[in-house]
Amino acid sequence: MKLLPDQLERLVSTLEALDRGDRIQMLIELANQFKPVPARIAQHPFPAEHRVPGCESEAYVWSELGAKGNLTYHFAVENPQGISAMALATILGSSLSGAALDEVAEVPADVIYRIFGRELSMGKSLGLMGMVNMVRAEARRQMLPSVVD
Amino acid sequence: MSKGIAERGYAKADVLVSTEWVAQHLEDPDVRFAESNEDPLLYSSNHIPGAVEIDWTRDLNDPVRRDYLARSGFEKLMRRVGVARDTTIVLYGDKNNWWATYAFWLLQLFGHENAKIMDGGRLKWIKENRPVTRDVPKYDSSNYRAPERDDTQFRAFRDQTLKHMQQKLPMIDVRSPEEYRGERLHMPDYPNEGALRGGHIPGALNVPWGRAVNQEDGTFKDAIELRKIYTEENKLRPQDDVIAYCRIGERSSHTWFVLRYLLGFSKVRNYDGSWTEWGNLVQAPVENPSAEAQDEAAA
Repeated sequence: MKLLPDQLERLVSTLEALDRGDRIQMLIELANQFKPVPARIAQHPFPAEHRVPGCESEAYVWSELGAKGNLTYHFAVENPQGISAMALATILGSSLSGAALDEVAEVPADVIYRIFGRELSMGKSLGLMGMVNMVRAEARRQMLPSVVD
Repeated sequence: MSKGIAERGYAKADVLVSTEWVAQHLEDPDVRFAESNEDPLLYSSNHIPGAVEIDWTRDLNDPVRRDYLARSGFEKLMRRVGVARDTTIVLYGDKNNWWATYAFWLLQLFGHENAKIMDGGRLKWIKENRPVTRDVPKYDSSNYRAPERDDTQFRAFRDQTLKHMQQKLPMIDVRSPEEYRGERLHMPDYPNEGALRGGHIPGALNVPWGRAVNQEDGTFKDAIELRKIYTEENKLRPQDDVIAYCRIGERSSHTWFVLRYLLGFSKVRNYDGSWTEWGNLVQAPVENPSAEAQDEAAA
């Protein structure tokens, strides 16, 4: 099985090792650390093309190109109760920003089950997987010019 | 702003309480508040002081079969959260009380009629800046005794739903129009709630659950507005035998609550097998306008 990018794998493995109560507490702490997209990247009203399809927490995703050609990922979560979306945004933003684009593009969307457990409802899963897929799409889009060359 | 609950013309207004009522009963020993959410992080992040969590997956479902708790499991749960048979349980939660009404429905299968829903759910309480805590309360265990679960009155099973369809009795599909039309089946790789076929049960009306809710504050619409939707637009009558379904039974329990308690329908059942059962059943009749349109285009 292909591993996730290093930092994400470490974080996910840590979460997986915790019992349910401790995992929930860690995810809440991660949600509390969520930093919304900086104003230099996007301001309200956010453009619809950055909105995660199917996410009822109204999450948005952006990427910012760094000097080495890697991307930093930014998020907004408009639903103040969207705690899972905020936790996932913190996880993806901190562990995938700067990672190799081809690795980010291959992160499986079902990593959310390793993060949150398999009890997620379909609606919740749809939104959270949509966030992962948006990040993957940003990485793929950045890779495209080199493929075309 | 929505009207007070007593002024909305509901058939059984006492099954709903306002956030203000809850605020005034936080110390009431005869009332137990219970939060039931879709998002598993929410209760632990904060909740109404004194509220216990009733988690749909872990607390109310049979861990092995697709079914709900039997009597002994239900008694154990009620004893754990310190609920006696005469305790008033006030349920609330995220997603406009989807999971709260699901839990409410289950309570009725065990005849716990002393139950209410907090109008507007968790989000309304939070938006009103009412008190919350992360402290998980501990209550003395009760000696709750429940009757056997009664699935006859409020629950519909597959064969009953098939017969209902064949008799052309009223049925409501409360999912989104996209799901109803078979355009959106389920998400790829999603393990638990997928269906092999899209569409709806033939003859079912499509009345998405969310139409019963005021978008601005998540409260239930008043009886006049609800009647416009269900009895005028969709021609349902309070004496009708109605089955509601969705994908797994949570959204349809919301509509079941609206029809039975707010509009006073006499016979409403929730088909909790819903589309995850029907859409996987071999030879089950299905109407799929999306597929039919594609066939016509291809012809």
